[in-house]
Amino acid sequence: MEHQISSAFWVLSFVILTSAILLVSLKNVFHCALFMVLCLFSVAGIFILLDAEFLAAAQVLIYVGAVSILMIFAIMLTNNLTNRVIKQTNENGLVSLFVCLSFAVGAIMLISKTHSWNYRANELGHDNSLILGKYLMTEFMLPFEVISVLLLAAMIGAIALARKERS
Amino acid sequence: MSEYLSILIFILIGTGIVLFTFLLSRLIRPHNPYHAKNLNYECAEEPVGNSWFQFNNRFYIFALIFVIFDVEVIFLFPWAVAFGQLGLFALVEMVIFILILFFGIFYAWKKGALKWV
Amino acid sequence: MLEMVLITLIKVLVVVVAVLTGCAYSTYMERKVLGRLQNRIGPSYAGPFGLLQPLADGLKLIFKEDIVPSNVERITFALAPMIAFIPALLSFAVIPFSSDFELFGYHITGMLSDLNIGILFIFAVTSLGVYGIVLAGWSSGSKYSLLGGLRATAQMISYEVAYGLSIIGVILIANTLSMRELVAIQEGITNWIIWKQPFGFLLYITAAIAETNRAPFDLPEAESELVAGYHTEYSSMRFSMFFIGEYANMLAVASVGTTLFFGGWNGPFLPPVLWFVIKVVAFMFCYIWLRATFPRLRYDQLMNFGWKVLFPLALLNTMVTAAWVML
Repeated sequence: MEHQISSAFWVLSFVILTSAILLVSLKNVFHCALFMVLCLFSVAGIFILLDAEFLAAAQVLIYVGAVSILMIFAIMLTNNLTNRVIKQTNENGLVSLFVCLSFAVGAIMLISKTHSWNYRANELGHDNSLILGKYLMTEFMLPFEVISVLLLAAMIGAIALARKERS
Repeated sequence: MSEYLSILIFILIGTGIVLFTFLLSRLIRPHNPYHAKNLNYECAEEPVGNSWFQFNNRFYIFALIFVIFDVEVIFLFPWAVAFGQLGLFALVEMVIFILILFFGIFYAWKKGALKWV
Repeated sequence: MLEMVLITLIKVLVVVVAVLTGCAYSTYMERKVLGRLQNRIGPSYAGPFGLLQPLADGLKLIFKEDIVPSNVERITFALAPMIAFIPALLSFAVIPFSSDFELFGYHITGMLSDLNIGILFIFAVTSLGVYGIVLAGWSSGSKYSLLGGLRATAQMISYEVAYGLSIIGVILIANTLSMRELVAIQEGITNWIIWKQPFGFLLYITAAIAETNRAPFDLPEAESELVAGYHTEYSSMRFSMFFIGEYANMLAVASVGTTLFFGGWNGPFLPPVLWFVIKVVAFMFCYIWLRATFPRLRYDQLMNFGWKVLFPLALLNTMVTAAWVML
């Protein structure tokens, strides 16, 4: 079973990386959005491999089913963007290459220094929605309530922006 | 994990059946395209203008409100599962959570963001 | 291992074939019942009582020419019908059709996969249903398709929140997300969740009908204004995929409703599978009945109803249920 899980991991990682690269390099914005959907969906697959079933479902529901739809709406809203070929690069190529490279080097250094990877979240147990619910209501009560304030702020901001646009 | 394996098999077989019917249909159906047939439908007229037009930005506001409440609903799921073991305190917490968000929808309502014209 | 995969394979095939047959005969049932409700006979020529009508329709669609308009986005256009159909089918992976039974010495469970997050899985898969519609609307390059696709998407996301909230009430009572356990606690007609959640059930069925774009919420394909909505440009097998997908969605909603509120396969005397089918058919009958009874809503009425009536009511139902469970 371990063998199948690791091969599934490699397949999923390949899909995630390929779709992520296509997401930033394709010329048609709508196609980019579709590859973003594929990328986020495959991340849900990784969560399943880690036994984090609730997180996988939340990933599909929120990122694939809601945020991506919002993106697609935004693309469709923007006139003349959907079927126009756009430029995907700008003049800051060299700078961004430097930033990305230094980040990659830093990340690889940190990863190689880390020992004892706890890569399977076995202690999560088989009822992770139950455990999550208990934690949210006891130990992580404050962050949980703050989330609602955050969401409220997001909503009020969106409505204010939309009203400004109209007037 | 084996439960997810059967879901994978399910997806593969479902896709396989769809592809099979497409293939079957491709083998036996007629294929005779010409210019007029390949036009988009527009009440038997030649289509006018670009089909990818700009639409009302109201759709976007509704999508935004939806994202926010979708996040709320996903938080309700673990709460509902654990509720039997948690008691009154959890109920109070969730009521506060929902009231804060309810204030949001009330605000949207009053500001006319939920009005579809 | 191999044995298990083989059993799963057979089970998957049985379920897929059963769902497809179910879809085909749902169209027959719809036409027959709708006919009777409107004082007509419905299909009656193909076979006895017109029973072969779905077969004839399917064969006709396979033989039809596939017209692909010249300004469509070819790849997305081809993908859309599949993406509309697969999520609809996927819900059936976690629905318990029957109790466990022994066959040829093997212990066989009555469902494909008993996920811990069963019902959340269905909710997630339902949220994927919009993609087929978005893709079809966008790739067709037709004004009717785009507008139909947009309308459908906005409608589905508006009712998805209420759909999720109506399920929460059931989970509060059952304290589990697993479909198997949901059926297990509903043994005996007095334990059906419908008695504890009658209002939740009304919310569920209203939101679910809007989710599946059925009458009286069938605005995305309002013939009188949008031709055929997002599948205007589709023909032949591609069209039929959307069609089958819609019926598979209806069947999924009926099956989930049966499992959540009406005890799933529980029932006396008859075999469990039969009880499940009877309940699903009764559900489907209500669908058709509603279609025959109610006129279509206007779009602003639809959005208003979703956000200003259904959503607050669903929230209220959740809170009241929680308080009631507490006591």
